[in-house]
Amino acid sequence: MRANYKVELASGVFLVLGIAALLWLATQATDYGQELGSETYVVSARFSNIGDLRTRAPVKIGGVTAGMIESIELDPVTFEAVVHMKISSKFDEIPMDTGASILTSGVLGDRYIGLEPGGAPDFLVDGDEIFITQSALVLEQIIGKYLFNTQSGDQE
Amino acid sequence: MNTRADKSSLGRHYLLDPVQNAGSCLLFLLRMLAGLRPQLSQAQAVLQQTYLIGARSLVIIMICGFFVGMVLSLQAINALEQFGASDQVSLLVGKSLFRELGPVLTALLFAGRAGTSITAEIGLMRATSQIDAMELMAIDPIQRVALPRFLAGLISVPLLTAMFNALAILGSVVFAIGVMGLDAGIFWSKLQTGVLFSKDFLGGVWKSIAFGGIVSLVAVYFGYTAKPTGAGVGTATTNTVVLSSVLVLIFDFILTSFFS
Repeated sequence: MRANYKVELASGVFLVLGIAALLWLATQATDYGQELGSETYVVSARFSNIGDLRTRAPVKIGGVTAGMIESIELDPVTFEAVVHMKISSKFDEIPMDTGASILTSGVLGDRYIGLEPGGAPDFLVDGDEIFITQSALVLEQIIGKYLFNTQSGDQE
Repeated sequence: MNTRADKSSLGRHYLLDPVQNAGSCLLFLLRMLAGLRPQLSQAQAVLQQTYLIGARSLVIIMICGFFVGMVLSLQAINALEQFGASDQVSLLVGKSLFRELGPVLTALLFAGRAGTSITAEIGLMRATSQIDAMELMAIDPIQRVALPRFLAGLISVPLLTAMFNALAILGSVVFAIGVMGLDAGIFWSKLQTGVLFSKDFLGGVWKSIAFGGIVSLVAVYFGYTAKPTGAGVGTATTNTVVLSSVLVLIFDFILTSFFS
């Protein structure tokens, strides 16, 4: 009976340790609990070029994450990229004339969308579109333009 | 005439026998699961086996996990430093651990540590006629001997994998932050933003459950079908390690390609 008790205790400790490790890993070493909460709303924005922006990239206001990119699609008529952003309902007072620009964290870091709130009295609601947008700065294009300009300058 | 007979026996040996073995292994699994009863005695037997094959594998799993985490961060930092990206090390360690290294290495270690002892134990019971004695007493040896070990393996391997991963992350913390002096805040924030709960973490958990089933099934099956001699038990033990390692790696590819 005593040996049995010890065995049961040891396997109980094993089960507790294993489950504790699972929970610790799930909460501390993954993105679990980093989601936006259950209450969100979706706004969209059109860009002529999104660079290498990906879904799940963060949407930031003043550098703080307020949402994430839900989907990206190409408008078949205007050939603009339409980006749908899921924004936490905590931030439900974002003005209508807010600007959205595609920025890069660091020189070669990941792309994200930065929102710059305007001053309009009306707020963005679910399904709205942001009209003031600024496309991604593509490094190759900038370098290309720079090289092209200096070359044409030399020829003159 | 003679060569033709050889050919057919070769074909039988290399083609039909493995298929027949797989079929009999499947039937064995079904017979085992048919013996599942909601009884207290069965739960106690499973608990006892969880102690023998799970709790007693814990130390080796933890030591291996710790060192795997350390060597992984050592290699990753060496490689990432060339791009000035050594602060990405936790992302690399976390993703590769949760997705591949944790489940696979734990399953391989489990096959060596616990699979062999299951096979040898059941094989020896067969060799010393204990299994026949049970059958004579109208006790189903598959339900009595094989099922608790199989279920205990199924429970133990995911938990051991979690311990392996936890200790590997700890090893990575010790090496990357303690030894190499990386920033602790960046280390954890990279983990918490880069490693996805649904894709990386849960994918690894499903994998480890599947591996637990594979290794334990192979171990009990080879033990149960071992030839009742000393050499037979030895061969069965070797076969357990070889086949469960190969199956784990094959199923790793299959599961990864289907579920990602």
